Amino acid sequence: MTRDLKRWPVRLASLLACLLFWHVAASARLDLGLFTFTYVPTPRAVLDAAWQLLTSSAVLAHLGSSLSRVFAGYAVAALLGVSLGLLIGRSKWAEDTLLPPLEVLRPIPAVAWIPLAILMFPSSELSMVFITFTGALFPILLNTVHGAEAVDPRLVASARSLGARRWAILGEVVLPGALPSIVTGLAIGMGTSWFCLVTAEMIAGQFGIGYYTWESYTLQNYPDIIVGMLLIGVLGMGSSALVKRLGALATPWYRTQRAG
Amino acid sequence: MSSYQPAPEPGRIEGCGLSIRLGEGAEAFEAVQRLDFTVAPGEFVCILGPSGCGKSTLLGALAGHLIPCAGQLTVDDQTIDGPSPQRGMVFQHHTLLPWRSVLDNVAFGLKMQGVGKAERQRQAREMLQLVGLADFAGRWPSQLSGGMQQRAEIARVLINRPRLLLMDEPFGALDAQTRARMQELLLDIWARIHTTVVFVTHDIDEALFLADRILVMSPRPGRFIEDLHLDFPRPRCASLLTSPAFTHFKRHCLALLRHEEGRELPRLTPLGLPDADHPPLRIAL
Repeated sequence: MTRDLKRWPVRLASLLACLLFWHVAASARLDLGLFTFTYVPTPRAVLDAAWQLLTSSAVLAHLGSSLSRVFAGYAVAALLGVSLGLLIGRSKWAEDTLLPPLEVLRPIPAVAWIPLAILMFPSSELSMVFITFTGALFPILLNTVHGAEAVDPRLVASARSLGARRWAILGEVVLPGALPSIVTGLAIGMGTSWFCLVTAEMIAGQFGIGYYTWESYTLQNYPDIIVGMLLIGVLGMGSSALVKRLGALATPWYRTQRAG
Repeated sequence: MSSYQPAPEPGRIEGCGLSIRLGEGAEAFEAVQRLDFTVAPGEFVCILGPSGCGKSTLLGALAGHLIPCAGQLTVDDQTIDGPSPQRGMVFQHHTLLPWRSVLDNVAFGLKMQGVGKAERQRQAREMLQLVGLADFAGRWPSQLSGGMQQRAEIARVLINRPRLLLMDEPFGALDAQTRARMQELLLDIWARIHTTVVFVTHDIDEALFLADRILVMSPRPGRFIEDLHLDFPRPRCASLLTSPAFTHFKRHCLALLRHEEGRELPRLTPLGLPDADHPPLRIAL
């Protein structure tokens, strides 16, 4: 712990150095030939823009619509991914019927769904939620399948010998056994669903952080671009950390097991 | 232990022309072949044999995890048609649920019967007391030593008051001292909760120390080649291990097992063949 504390000044200094470089490069309009800082706003301008956004009423509309889209798409993906994953992981029949079509769809990046999604869904709102859902579904599904398949068959046999029936085995043995793997899938899925949402918003949105970032580019409010980028990063990081924290709370045995 | 209710009835086992096939297609083989045997209610029987001889396979069939391909296997005249809390199984390595506390693990069987939380926890505490784990009720299974895990496992099986207690080399992975203590503890528990015990082991000392009767099995196809009745007085203690009568039986068992040396067979498990997809169920000794 104390060793960690001693390392903090260096880490902080590194961050400050980057910030300083950004400031100098942007103020001097540094041109490196391959790329240029000519249009990059200074940290100071970004800070001002951030303050302006955060104190305006628009911020709630942008944040609110982004968060609600992510929440809706992610919640459906989590529910469907975990239940399908448990089914596929535990039943050969479900694996044969459900997995092949999913395997075909899996390599298609969620972003590639955008044009079709706009055509398929009546509102652009729903199409964006769908894109978020597609992004989160596969990491959650595949990790759940993996977790359910890896459950020790001796635990299942033992539970049956103790009188557990089908549903009890699913709830008492398979689900908790797969839970650490499911949590990993949920954390990865959270990251991908943010990534997909922002892309979808840039193309189809009217509100939302992604839309805000893209709109700032078209309106040439360059400091706002960076504010949008930073917001996306903070929100993605925050929600992933939240999922991991909740996951750790749901699997208290897991840490002691690995430590012991 | 005053309020402990006795088991309904220790079970009587009857096997008649029993064969069990393992593996698929051309790989299939009979792990045990045409076994005829009976075990009296309340008897402590050890099945002794070399690794891979099919003794765990027989245990798996008794538990209901494996289905015989020929013959009859009954407990109290009822054909075994699947796992049941009436036939409790203890594996070589514990199968406690890692996500349940020791107390909840022991109470698991009662939960499956729909017993209320307060009542099942009360009974589980009593069982933990019986196996000497009263102070560890709130721990995770992974926080216990190997011997404690097996004690919790035994408590978890016995809370269902089974007619049969099936044990597959339950102390095989423990160190010698712990094993000796666990054997005495098991006999002590068995004196209080008198159920039929079928105990699989390849350790001659262990079989002689514990059993009323030893069935010696030859490897593949597994067949009983000897039926030894032991009448060492109970309660038994460590001094038995050095008595002349014990040595006499030990020599006899060694001779029976010796001419099978040189044949190494892959281990079998009560769940069939060790699955290639999963880590081996049991560590070779």
